[in-house]
Amino acid sequence: MAIIRFTDRPLFRNPWTDFERMRREFDTLFQGLARDYPGRPGATVFPALNVSEDADHLYVRAEIPGVKAADLDISVEGDTLTISGERTTCPAEQKLSYHRREIECGRFSRAITLPTRVNADQVSAGFANGVLTITLPKAEAVKPRKIEIKTQ
Amino acid sequence: MTEKEMQVREKQEVQQAGEPTTTERYFVPAVDIYETDEAVTVLADMPGVGKDGVEVRLEDDTLTIKGTKGGNGGEGERVLLREFESGHYLRRFTMTEVIDQAKIEATMADGVLTLKLPKVEPARPRKIVVQGG
Repeated sequence: MAIIRFTDRPLFRNPWTDFERMRREFDTLFQGLARDYPGRPGATVFPALNVSEDADHLYVRAEIPGVKAADLDISVEGDTLTISGERTTCPAEQKLSYHRREIECGRFSRAITLPTRVNADQVSAGFANGVLTITLPKAEAVKPRKIEIKTQ
Repeated sequence: MTEKEMQVREKQEVQQAGEPTTTERYFVPAVDIYETDEAVTVLADMPGVGKDGVEVRLEDDTLTIKGTKGGNGGEGERVLLREFESGHYLRRFTMTEVIDQAKIEATMADGVLTLKLPKVEPARPRKIVVQGG
Protein backbone atom coordinates (compact mmCIF):
# COMPACT_ATOMS: atom_id res chain seq x y z
CA MET A 1 0.00 0.00 0.00
CA ALA A 2 1.37 3.31 -1.00
CA ILE A 3 1.50 5.71 1.81
CA ILE A 4 1.44 9.36 1.00
CA ARG A 5 2.39 11.63 3.73
CA PHE A 6 0.21 14.62 4.16
CA THR A 7 3.11 17.01 3.68
CA ASP A 8 3.98 15.53 0.23
CA ARG A 9 0.80 16.88 -1.27
CA PRO A 10 0.95 20.32 -2.79
CA LEU A 11 -0.35 22.88 -0.42
CA PHE A 12 -2.68 24.41 -2.95
CA ARG A 13 -4.08 22.35 -5.77
CA ASN A 14 -5.76 24.35 -8.48
CA PRO A 15 -9.13 22.72 -9.11
CA TRP A 16 -9.15 24.06 -12.69
CA THR A 17 -5.93 22.38 -13.78
CA ASP A 18 -7.73 19.57 -15.53
CA PHE A 19 -9.99 21.96 -17.40
CA GLU A 20 -7.01 24.05 -18.36
CA ARG A 21 -5.27 20.99 -19.76
CA MET A 22 -8.39 20.02 -21.69
CA ARG A 23 -8.68 23.50 -23.17
CA ARG A 24 -5.08 23.37 -24.32
CA GLU A 25 -5.68 20.03 -26.01
CA PHE A 26 -8.71 21.39 -27.83
CA ASP A 27 -6.69 24.40 -28.91
CA THR A 28 -3.97 22.29 -30.46
CA LEU A 29 -6.60 20.13 -32.12
CA PHE A 30 -8.29 23.08 -33.78
CA GLN A 31 -5.00 24.69 -34.70
CA GLY A 32 -4.12 21.49 -36.50
CA LEU A 33 -7.35 21.66 -38.45
CA ALA A 34 -6.79 25.26 -39.37
CA ARG A 35 -3.32 24.49 -40.64
CA ASP A 36 -4.69 22.17 -43.30
CA TYR A 37 -6.83 24.90 -44.81
CA PRO A 38 -4.69 28.02 -44.76
CA GLY A 39 -6.50 31.22 -45.57
CA ARG A 40 -9.45 29.44 -46.95
CA PRO A 41 -12.77 30.79 -46.64
CA GLY A 42 -11.56 32.62 -49.76
CA ALA A 43 -12.22 31.73 -53.30
CA THR A 44 -15.80 31.21 -54.21
CA VAL A 45 -15.52 32.76 -57.65
CA PHE A 46 -13.34 31.28 -60.36
CA PRO A 47 -10.41 31.76 -60.74
CA ALA A 48 -8.73 31.40 -57.37
CA LEU A 49 -6.10 34.11 -56.94
CA ASN A 50 -2.83 34.46 -55.14
CA VAL A 51 -1.83 38.04 -54.45
CA SER A 52 1.60 39.07 -53.25
CA GLU A 53 3.68 42.21 -53.18
CA ASP A 54 7.20 43.46 -53.06
CA ALA A 55 8.39 47.01 -52.57
CA ASP A 56 7.33 48.28 -55.99
CA HIS A 57 4.85 45.83 -57.42
CA LEU A 58 1.74 43.84 -56.71
CA TYR A 59 1.53 40.40 -58.26
CA VAL A 60 -1.71 38.60 -58.96
CA ARG A 61 -1.49 34.97 -60.03
CA ALA A 62 -4.20 32.60 -61.17
CA GLU A 63 -4.29 29.11 -62.61
CA ILE A 64 -6.50 29.14 -65.65
CA PRO A 65 -5.69 26.03 -67.70
CA GLY A 66 -7.12 25.46 -71.14
CA VAL A 67 -7.83 29.09 -71.91
CA LYS A 68 -6.17 30.85 -74.80
CA ALA A 69 -4.48 34.15 -74.00
CA ALA A 70 -6.74 35.81 -76.57
CA ASP A 71 -9.84 34.70 -74.65
CA LEU A 72 -8.68 36.41 -71.46
CA ASP A 73 -9.77 39.90 -70.64
CA ILE A 74 -8.00 41.87 -67.92
CA SER A 75 -8.85 45.40 -66.95
CA VAL A 76 -7.92 47.80 -64.17
CA GLU A 77 -10.29 50.52 -63.17
CA GLY A 78 -9.26 52.64 -60.23
CA ASP A 79 -8.25 50.04 -57.69
CA THR A 80 -10.42 47.24 -59.08
CA LEU A 81 -8.86 44.48 -61.13
CA THR A 82 -11.17 42.42 -63.30
CA ILE A 83 -10.24 39.11 -64.89
CA SER A 84 -12.75 37.51 -67.19
CA GLY A 85 -12.74 35.00 -69.97
CA GLU A 86 -14.14 31.80 -71.26
CA ARG A 87 -12.93 28.26 -71.52
CA THR A 88 -14.13 26.85 -74.79
CA THR A 89 -11.78 23.99 -75.44
CA CYS A 90 -14.16 21.29 -74.26
CA PRO A 91 -15.02 19.00 -77.13
CA ALA A 92 -18.52 19.36 -78.48
CA GLU A 93 -20.99 16.70 -77.51
CA GLN A 94 -20.60 14.15 -80.24
CA LYS A 95 -20.68 10.47 -80.05
CA LEU A 96 -18.05 10.32 -77.38
CA SER A 97 -18.45 8.00 -74.52
CA TYR A 98 -17.15 9.71 -71.43
CA HIS A 99 -15.41 7.70 -68.77
CA ARG A 100 -14.67 10.67 -66.56
CA ARG A 101 -15.74 14.25 -66.78
CA GLU A 102 -14.07 16.53 -64.28
CA ILE A 103 -12.99 19.48 -66.39
CA GLU A 104 -15.45 22.31 -66.55
CA CYS A 105 -15.95 24.76 -69.33
CA GLY A 106 -17.73 28.05 -69.33
CA ARG A 107 -17.36 31.71 -68.63
CA PHE A 108 -15.76 33.29 -65.66
CA SER A 109 -15.37 36.77 -64.33
CA ARG A 110 -13.80 37.95 -61.15
CA ALA A 111 -13.14 41.39 -59.76
CA ILE A 112 -10.97 42.11 -56.77
CA THR A 113 -10.18 45.30 -54.96
CA LEU A 114 -6.45 45.86 -54.88
CA PRO A 115 -4.92 46.59 -51.49
CA THR A 116 -3.04 49.65 -52.73
CA ARG A 117 -3.30 52.15 -55.53
CA VAL A 118 -1.54 51.09 -58.73
CA ASN A 119 -0.22 52.73 -61.82
CA ALA A 120 -2.85 51.46 -64.23
CA ASP A 121 -0.92 52.50 -67.33
CA GLN A 122 1.93 50.13 -66.66
CA VAL A 123 0.12 46.98 -65.69
CA SER A 124 1.47 43.96 -67.54
CA ALA A 125 0.23 40.42 -67.76
CA GLY A 126 1.92 37.20 -68.76
CA PHE A 127 0.27 33.89 -69.51
CA ALA A 128 2.35 30.74 -69.65
CA ASN A 129 1.31 27.10 -69.33
CA GLY A 130 -2.09 28.04 -68.02
CA VAL A 131 -0.80 30.31 -65.28
CA LEU A 132 -1.66 33.98 -65.47
CA THR A 133 0.65 36.47 -63.78
CA ILE A 134 -0.37 40.09 -63.59
CA THR A 135 2.25 42.59 -62.50
CA LEU A 136 0.90 45.87 -61.23
CA PRO A 137 3.37 48.65 -60.39
CA LYS A 138 2.34 50.50 -57.27
CA ALA A 139 1.48 54.15 -57.56
CA GLU A 140 4.31 56.51 -56.62
CA ALA A 141 2.38 57.78 -53.62
CA VAL A 142 2.20 54.40 -51.90
CA LYS A 143 5.73 53.18 -52.55
CA PRO A 144 7.73 52.85 -49.38
CA ARG A 145 10.18 55.69 -48.97
CA LYS A 146 13.37 55.27 -47.13
CA ILE A 147 13.96 57.97 -44.60
CA GLU A 148 17.50 59.02 -43.96
CA ILE A 149 18.41 59.73 -40.39
CA LYS A 150 20.54 62.79 -40.02
CA THR A 151 23.10 62.86 -37.31
CA GLN A 152 24.61 66.06 -36.05
CA MET B 1 -21.12 29.59 -76.73
CA THR B 2 -21.57 28.19 -73.31
CA GLU B 3 -23.38 30.23 -70.73
CA LYS B 4 -22.24 28.16 -67.81
CA GLU B 5 -20.29 29.87 -65.09
CA MET B 6 -17.13 28.17 -63.98
CA GLN B 7 -16.78 27.23 -60.34
CA VAL B 8 -13.76 27.12 -58.10
CA ARG B 9 -12.67 23.63 -57.35
CA GLU B 10 -10.39 22.97 -54.46
CA LYS B 11 -7.22 21.19 -55.44
CA GLN B 12 -6.87 17.78 -53.93
CA GLU B 13 -3.60 16.56 -52.70
CA VAL B 14 -2.34 13.13 -53.70
CA GLN B 15 -2.65 10.64 -50.89
CA GLN B 16 0.52 8.67 -51.10
CA ALA B 17 1.06 5.37 -49.44
CA GLY B 18 4.61 6.13 -48.39
CA GLU B 19 5.84 9.37 -47.01
CA PRO B 20 7.96 11.26 -49.53
CA THR B 21 11.38 12.41 -48.43
CA THR B 22 11.00 15.82 -50.00
CA THR B 23 8.43 18.34 -48.94
CA GLU B 24 7.14 18.88 -52.48
CA ARG B 25 3.42 18.67 -52.84
CA TYR B 26 1.58 16.64 -55.41
CA PHE B 27 -1.97 17.38 -56.49
CA VAL B 28 -4.52 15.35 -58.39
CA PRO B 29 -5.14 16.92 -61.80
CA ALA B 30 -8.74 17.13 -63.00
CA VAL B 31 -9.21 14.90 -66.04
CA ASP B 32 -11.63 14.20 -68.82
CA ILE B 33 -11.44 10.76 -70.34
CA TYR B 34 -13.45 9.87 -73.39
CA GLU B 35 -13.46 7.08 -75.85
CA THR B 36 -14.16 6.91 -79.53
CA ASP B 37 -14.04 3.86 -81.75
CA GLU B 38 -10.36 4.37 -82.44
CA ALA B 39 -8.84 5.82 -79.31
CA VAL B 40 -9.10 6.77 -75.68
CA THR B 41 -8.36 10.44 -75.05
CA VAL B 42 -7.24 11.78 -71.70
CA LEU B 43 -7.25 15.50 -70.96
CA ALA B 44 -5.58 16.62 -67.76
CA ASP B 45 -5.48 20.13 -66.27
CA MET B 46 -1.95 20.78 -65.09
CA PRO B 47 -1.46 24.54 -64.94
CA GLY B 48 2.14 25.60 -64.55
CA VAL B 49 3.57 22.51 -66.18
CA GLY B 50 5.49 23.05 -69.38
CA LYS B 51 6.11 20.69 -72.26
CA ASP B 52 9.28 19.37 -70.65
CA GLY B 53 7.74 18.74 -67.27
CA VAL B 54 5.33 16.06 -68.39
CA GLU B 55 6.03 12.42 -67.87
CA VAL B 56 3.60 9.84 -69.20
CA ARG B 57 4.17 6.16 -68.64
CA LEU B 58 2.17 3.12 -69.55
CA GLU B 59 3.28 -0.02 -67.82
CA ASP B 60 1.14 -3.09 -68.35
CA ASP B 61 -2.24 -1.50 -67.85
CA THR B 62 -1.26 1.31 -65.48
CA LEU B 63 -1.14 4.77 -66.96
CA THR B 64 0.85 7.28 -64.91
CA ILE B 65 0.65 10.99 -65.59
CA LYS B 66 3.16 13.14 -63.79
CA GLY B 67 3.59 16.85 -64.21
CA THR B 68 6.54 18.69 -62.71
CA LYS B 69 6.00 22.36 -62.25
CA GLY B 70 8.76 24.87 -62.65
CA GLY B 71 9.34 27.54 -60.06
CA ASN B 72 6.28 29.68 -59.61
CA GLY B 73 8.09 32.94 -59.07
CA GLY B 74 6.99 34.85 -56.05
CA GLU B 75 10.13 34.31 -54.03
CA GLY B 76 10.90 37.25 -51.82
CA GLU B 77 7.37 38.56 -52.04
CA ARG B 78 4.98 39.08 -49.21
CA VAL B 79 1.79 37.06 -49.56
CA LEU B 80 -1.38 39.08 -49.23
CA LEU B 81 -3.95 36.53 -50.32
CA ARG B 82 -3.56 32.83 -50.90
CA GLU B 83 -6.49 31.02 -52.42
CA PHE B 84 -4.72 28.16 -54.12
CA GLU B 85 -1.67 26.07 -53.45
CA SER B 86 0.63 25.07 -56.23
CA GLY B 87 2.70 21.99 -56.71
CA HIS B 88 3.34 19.07 -58.97
CA TYR B 89 0.70 16.76 -60.37
CA LEU B 90 0.35 13.01 -60.24
CA ARG B 91 -2.39 10.61 -61.20
CA ARG B 92 -2.63 6.94 -62.07
CA PHE B 93 -5.23 5.02 -64.00
CA THR B 94 -5.80 1.41 -64.75
CA MET B 95 -6.62 1.07 -68.43
CA THR B 96 -9.32 -1.35 -69.41
CA GLU B 97 -8.64 -1.12 -73.13
CA VAL B 98 -5.67 -2.58 -74.93
CA ILE B 99 -3.57 0.36 -76.11
CA ASP B 100 -1.19 0.47 -79.04
CA GLN B 101 1.82 1.76 -77.14
CA ALA B 102 3.80 2.79 -80.20
CA LYS B 103 1.18 5.25 -81.37
CA ILE B 104 0.52 7.21 -78.19
CA GLU B 105 0.49 10.94 -78.79
CA ALA B 106 0.83 13.59 -76.12
CA THR B 107 0.53 17.34 -76.50
CA MET B 108 0.70 20.07 -73.91
CA ALA B 109 -0.94 23.41 -74.47
CA ASP B 110 -1.97 26.14 -72.02
CA GLY B 111 -1.49 23.86 -69.06
CA VAL B 112 -3.67 21.08 -70.44
CA LEU B 113 -2.22 17.72 -71.39
CA THR B 114 -3.94 15.91 -74.22
CA LEU B 115 -3.11 12.25 -74.45
CA LYS B 116 -4.33 10.13 -77.33
CA LEU B 117 -4.13 6.42 -76.69
CA PRO B 118 -5.06 4.49 -79.84
CA LYS B 119 -6.67 1.14 -79.28
CA VAL B 120 -5.12 -1.93 -80.75
CA GLU B 121 -6.89 -2.82 -83.94
CA PRO B 122 -9.13 -5.72 -83.25
CA ALA B 123 -8.80 -8.79 -85.37
CA ARG B 124 -10.84 -8.15 -88.45
CA PRO B 125 -13.81 -10.47 -88.85
CA ARG B 126 -13.11 -12.85 -91.67
CA LYS B 127 -15.73 -14.52 -93.66
CA ILE B 128 -14.96 -18.10 -94.44
CA VAL B 129 -16.31 -19.32 -97.65
CA VAL B 130 -17.23 -22.94 -97.63
CA GLN B 131 -16.23 -24.65 -100.79
CA GLY B 132 -18.49 -27.20 -102.31
CA GLY B 133 -16.77 -30.49 -103.05
